[in-house]
Amino acid sequence: MKATTSSATDIRPRSTVDRYLARQRRQRWLIAVTTVATLTTLLIDIATGPGPYPLSAVLHALVLPGEVPRILQVVVWDVRLPVALMAIVVGASLAIAGAEMQTLLNNPLADPFTLGISSAASFGAALAIVLGLGIVPLAGTLLVTGNAFALAMLASLMIWGLSRLRGVSIQTMVLMGIAIMFFFNALLGVLQYVASAQSLQQLVFWSLGSLSKASWTKVGLAMLALLVTLPVFARSHWRLTALRLGDVQAKAMGIDVGRLRLRMLLCCALLSATAVAFVGTIGFVGLVGPHIARLLVGEDQRVFLPMSALTGALILSLTSILSKTLVPGILLPVGILTALIGLPFFVSLILRSRRELWG
Amino acid sequence: MTLTIDRLDCRLGNRRILHGLSGLRARAGEITALIGPNGAGKSTLLKAVAGIEKASGDIVLENRAIGTLSIEQRAGRLYYLPQEIGSRAALNVFEAVLLARRTQVAESPAEAMDAVDQALCSLELDSLAERELAVLSGGQRQRVAIAQAIVRQPRLLMLDEPTSALDLHHQLQVLDYLQRLARRKQLVVVIAIHDLNLAARFADHIWILQSGEHIASGAPGEVLTTERLRQVYAITAHVEWPVDEPPRVTPLAAIRQLGSNNGIA
Repeated sequence: MKATTSSATDIRPRSTVDRYLARQRRQRWLIAVTTVATLTTLLIDIATGPGPYPLSAVLHALVLPGEVPRILQVVVWDVRLPVALMAIVVGASLAIAGAEMQTLLNNPLADPFTLGISSAASFGAALAIVLGLGIVPLAGTLLVTGNAFALAMLASLMIWGLSRLRGVSIQTMVLMGIAIMFFFNALLGVLQYVASAQSLQQLVFWSLGSLSKASWTKVGLAMLALLVTLPVFARSHWRLTALRLGDVQAKAMGIDVGRLRLRMLLCCALLSATAVAFVGTIGFVGLVGPHIARLLVGEDQRVFLPMSALTGALILSLTSILSKTLVPGILLPVGILTALIGLPFFVSLILRSRRELWG
Repeated sequence: MTLTIDRLDCRLGNRRILHGLSGLRARAGEITALIGPNGAGKSTLLKAVAGIEKASGDIVLENRAIGTLSIEQRAGRLYYLPQEIGSRAALNVFEAVLLARRTQVAESPAEAMDAVDQALCSLELDSLAERELAVLSGGQRQRVAIAQAIVRQPRLLMLDEPTSALDLHHQLQVLDYLQRLARRKQLVVVIAIHDLNLAARFADHIWILQSGEHIASGAPGEVLTTERLRQVYAITAHVEWPVDEPPRVTPLAAIRQLGSNNGIA
């Protein structure tokens, strides 16, 4: 190993280890800054909304709920906080699912939305909303979630099953995902066609993506999905990073690529299904979040995974604020805003930089 | 004798690629060159030994049958450097080599980083440590892939055309380095290579494959003959045996010319 720079007179170049450690410090700083930014938007999101409550009163209600009027306590703790936390949890879930799908399928366009997993989950949820049909024996809110999860898993298994066939390229898997999206969208169309006016309204509102129906139970369940999957992703961080070197090189490093893909796709399905079941279809967060994270810290999963989660959470939290402030007095569905903001941003992102990353 | 391969059969779909290869021997501390025309089964043979392609037969490394071991278990003893190394991952050179180390050796992060530093310095890649893989030239990427291979400290190192994208200077430098590494660490090194002069210059032993069959093996001076090159590659070639030097192969002409069937030639 080369000697490190130790004094003003010593002008030997820094060793590769020193330079790598400096990069790691920069990456940790970026993660810390993004964490602070996300927490700040969370607070702003809680402080934003109808009602004459200044930020100081909202903060007071957050820290000492017993000391503020009951009405403010209810507004902050029962209405705004679940919505704001849901934006954070769902944003993180979608971005993690997108990041890992892009890694698993070696494709920049892979995310729960473009691969049809969101569409499958939407169809499952629509079965519950329109027909009251349950794929799994659950009731109430859980019926919608259970259905969404079951269908998301089915779509993921279809993509994975295809990946096991000899001669099937990753590109074919992505195309298969797009076919799955169209298939479930068509089935969703059938349900919309036969739905009653009330169910149709509920379905359309749900499919536009909205955080407004968030509750503590839903936040808890979405958080649970994150807590279950995050350790699985984190434990496989080296293997997931190795996948980006290509299947053959990953196998040469002793990685059972097929098993890894199955396990991780199931985790992605759980995250996307939970997110879609609770807040409807929210596109582009799963695409844009990981791309920003990749630009900032690269693809070492030890930093790429938390950074993707943070950028996803930050984007959806900002969108939640915008949805309340863009048109005064009207709450816009966040799904519409993420699409409107995300699309041009994503196109410019692709055109401007990293053109070389995906060949 | 450290690596022996017998009765090795491999199918890809319905196609039989390796036809019961037997009698392949590679010794520790030596370079074994694997040569043969396109489609001879060189890459498939190396992948079969690494467990990347399913195969049947006897593969013995250091008196231990490895043919039945899983891909994870094999990766603890050997490493296969593939031909396709065009990764565009957003990783820099240091991270890519560290990744190769951390998927193999359980040790402290500091020890892993020191090992990476040594591997990069030994291949003169230290100045590129912060460069992203996506912006490297083909030759630089190939040297990074070799650094990824050696940092894992395998007992058997199999390299699939490791010098195909390198300029003359780096070809000689890398093969010389691999030769010294094999001698010093007593590694079994098998290199699939197209350049017969490089094979003759650096290999102690040569395996020749053709259409998935083992045609010949032995010292370069024994197997690189005019008649064998005509039989395997369908070329006329001039082979010289200078005293105390490896054989020199000068390809003269392809026996079958392109376009000869439709009168272009």
